[in-house]
Amino acid sequence: MKFKKIIELVNVWKTYQVGAVEVNALRGINFSVKKGEFVAIQGPSGSGKSTAMHLIGCLDLPTKGKVYLEGKDISCMSESLLAQIRGKKVGFVFQQFNLIQNLTALENVALPMIFQGVNEKERIKKARNLLELVELGDRVNHYPNQLSGGEQQRVAIARALANDPDIILADEPTGNLDSKAGKEIIDILFTLHKKEKKTIVMVTHDNRLAKYAHRIVHIKDGKVIRGE
Amino acid sequence: MIKDYFKLSLKTLAHRKLRSWLTMIGIFIGIAAVVALVSLGEGLRSAINAQFGFLGTDVLAVMASGGLGIPGIGTVNPLTDNELDAIKEIPGVKGAAGRIQESVKLVFNKKATFSYAISIPDGDDRKVIEHVFNMNAQKGRLLKDGDKKVVFLGSMFFEEGNAFGKAVVPGSKVEIQGREFKVIGIMEKKGNARIDSAVFMNEDDLRNLVDRPKGEYDVIGVRFDENADVNKIKEDIEKNLRKIRDVKEGEEDFSVQTPAQILARVNDVLRGVQIFVYIIAAISILVGGIGIMNTMYTAVVERTKDVGIMKAIGAKNSSIFLLFFVESGLLGSAGGIMGSIFGFLTATGLAFVGRLALGTSMISAHITFQLIIGSILFAFIVGSFFGTLPAVRASKLNPVDAIRKIK
Repeated sequence: MKFKKIIELVNVWKTYQVGAVEVNALRGINFSVKKGEFVAIQGPSGSGKSTAMHLIGCLDLPTKGKVYLEGKDISCMSESLLAQIRGKKVGFVFQQFNLIQNLTALENVALPMIFQGVNEKERIKKARNLLELVELGDRVNHYPNQLSGGEQQRVAIARALANDPDIILADEPTGNLDSKAGKEIIDILFTLHKKEKKTIVMVTHDNRLAKYAHRIVHIKDGKVIRGE
Repeated sequence: MIKDYFKLSLKTLAHRKLRSWLTMIGIFIGIAAVVALVSLGEGLRSAINAQFGFLGTDVLAVMASGGLGIPGIGTVNPLTDNELDAIKEIPGVKGAAGRIQESVKLVFNKKATFSYAISIPDGDDRKVIEHVFNMNAQKGRLLKDGDKKVVFLGSMFFEEGNAFGKAVVPGSKVEIQGREFKVIGIMEKKGNARIDSAVFMNEDDLRNLVDRPKGEYDVIGVRFDENADVNKIKEDIEKNLRKIRDVKEGEEDFSVQTPAQILARVNDVLRGVQIFVYIIAAISILVGGIGIMNTMYTAVVERTKDVGIMKAIGAKNSSIFLLFFVESGLLGSAGGIMGSIFGFLTATGLAFVGRLALGTSMISAHITFQLIIGSILFAFIVGSFFGTLPAVRASKLNPVDAIRKIK
């Protein structure tokens, strides 16, 4: 049913110009994610997984086709509007954690709230709560280089939750972690999905992680080949 | 909101300490130069104004042999009674009085110093000289007709720590050129070192003391009607004196100077020096600004990753612009603040050393609040201005490209 769809890609094409050559990263892709769903996207390198992820996360616009977020077409929106949507609706978790190195864990988590105009007191309070949620309450003043990979990724998850988004987009969230830390991260994501009812879209190579998802979407050569 | 951007920018600058310091040096030097040199220049200007400013605007001086040096010393062709009388006849002139000025040796408290003595004539002319010097007694009284073997001294002799190591007070006896004089009064402080250290005595006494014939003068002080045209009076005096002294225009062996003229000339020179200083400082600040621009462009390239991350978590183009813009502005103003402090210390230190070395109160630093605030504000504007283009570039980065770059 359409009203339940939180994300929908309709015949989406994404073409990059690489020198004189046009590269089609996505070739008329169709798929949707329902509110509260946990979807894994799998596919070989260069299949277009990350490109699809960027479009879902409003980081990029399609060359052709439509992208709907909560029923709204975002395909023609300005960068400023997209930034607003990203800030409020979507939380990103990257493979390489992507924390700002000169900010503490607390400041990294509070950063998205600055861009939404949340006042300092509220920001600090919420960032602390989120760090406690990912069991880093005692590491708030540590800089990223003072934290282990698993801890950094937990900070990144806390940051993704800062503005209480409906959707968490995780791009290979355990790709840079050992299996123990990876398991912890996937547990947190799974808990968020179960308890907080967050919609989670996760790109992963790892079949064991993909098993946590309700549905696995397979992409190859810029097309969905299974799980549409 | 903007406060948060300042905090973020400060954190970034603190994170790259060495680079931030190096970037700030250009602005720092420029602002330090402006603050130090302008305040010393202003100090010199106000000292010079104090030197001449005590003179009224309704007086002028006719000097034998011309020049800005100490008048009267080394005069070869002195002024005469003829010339004095001619000046008194000029329309608009309220009064004129001749005086001689000689370097003399003073001894008091068994210590000697050199100063220069100024003669004061009797009768109505005394009033003219008193008006010219705006003469009032802070201790004792002024000289009067018939006073003999008495002197009226400049305020410096009354101060503790003078050349004699002891304050001279009315009633003290001082030895001048080997003869004893009684001090009758001390003049109010004028802020002019030459006047404050002068020895005034009645004309007969000084002429006897230094053996100068009657009827010749080194300087004629002229008081004119306040509504009169000073230039017209000056021209009339020059015309008359040329005729009497039989000299052609342009070959005068005398000069007519008004305090306003002297001030204007000195201020012109100072203004020229200040403009030169401003140009040098502006070049330094410009180079500093380009340094900031260079650093900010490098920062944009280095922090493409951070820009991508911030955009992914909701930063708008305007937020990114503001972040880089504030950062470069902060680089500028931090350079400005430190430059101002350094300039202040340099100016104060140089003025202190100058006073010690040259023994003159002319060297002082005149540092105003406006100069400091203006310099810091200017540095912020320069920093922001040169940070604008890098900030625009940062704000326009495509988030996907920025994030791809890290992979």
